[in-house]
Amino acid sequence: MKKSYFSLLVLFIATLASCSNDKKLPIFGEREAKIIKGADGIDRIDTVYQTIPNFSFLNQDSTVLTQDAFKGKIYVADFFFTSCTTICPTMHRNLKTVYDDYKTNPDVMFLSHTIDFKYDKPSVLKKYAEKLGVDVAKWQFVYGSKDQVYPLAEKSYLVAVGEDNQSPDGYMHQGWLILIDKQKRMRGAYDGTKAEQVEQLKKDILILLAEEK
Amino acid sequence: MRKNIILAIFLTVISAIIYACQNASEIELSTYISNGKDIYRANCQNCHGENGEGLGELAPPLTDSVFLEKNKSKLACYIKNGTDQPMTINGKTYQGKMPAFPKLQTIDIAQVTVYITNAFGNKQGMYKYEQVAKDLQECK
Repeated sequence: MKKSYFSLLVLFIATLASCSNDKKLPIFGEREAKIIKGADGIDRIDTVYQTIPNFSFLNQDSTVLTQDAFKGKIYVADFFFTSCTTICPTMHRNLKTVYDDYKTNPDVMFLSHTIDFKYDKPSVLKKYAEKLGVDVAKWQFVYGSKDQVYPLAEKSYLVAVGEDNQSPDGYMHQGWLILIDKQKRMRGAYDGTKAEQVEQLKKDILILLAEEK
Repeated sequence: MRKNIILAIFLTVISAIIYACQNASEIELSTYISNGKDIYRANCQNCHGENGEGLGELAPPLTDSVFLEKNKSKLACYIKNGTDQPMTINGKTYQGKMPAFPKLQTIDIAQVTVYITNAFGNKQGMYKYEQVAKDLQECK
């Protein structure tokens, strides 16, 4: 009797250990099964995941930024605007601690999109980046038209954004920090206004980096 | 003998009154501070931080006691109407814009100012509602 308890316990611990060893982050978004013909002529079912489509924005230096900048890197994306007085300062205060942790790791980047297409031109973003203390290639601040940015936020990154006459700042948006892997898939979403979720993001970046080595 | 007893009673009463008065003003101060903390969390902390540390060069820290003391009469106006004046705080110049908080009432401004000027290493005591009302009339 005692022996069986012991073996159960061993099994339990082994299961736990194996779980933590190959921990993987979930893959978010839509997915579809696709039948692909292999080289040997046999049909195989492959899963196609939702990815971030190509984009072309102006960054804080007024140069064009596309997905080429993120090739072979993982990145954290968010949506904000410079005159925001509600959640953005907290989001970027927290995101900056993530930036500080991964400052020296060339495989991690940051991408902040402004949703204020009227005011946040590249020169405004530049000033903002300088004042936040992160005017570097690693953290890109990008400007795009409403037609470019809003559908990308809502359909691809699954972050709600919009103009809002009711709010004093003129816009509303969610404070998600979205973790994107090297294959442009969404691997995590963290509330940038909550310190404990941002801590989770820091840990998940490590897991994602290990996974994609 | 009787004189002495009367004197003793008199002194006790007087000191009790003084003690009660001091206590009342201490209670008022701590009420201001605890209400001010809630107002700070709801309106100021986003930019100025949980510990008044500020945010890069976007928002100045609230730890410069000398600045706060010197500009105390202007603080209410900064909060109520916002400001885009450059300010030198802890030896660094900040040029950002601070938004207005027109919704905050005079008593709210008094309480949040008392909180700020008695937290983050500041210790400047009371700043009364009546004084804030006066200062607000002098806004430029």
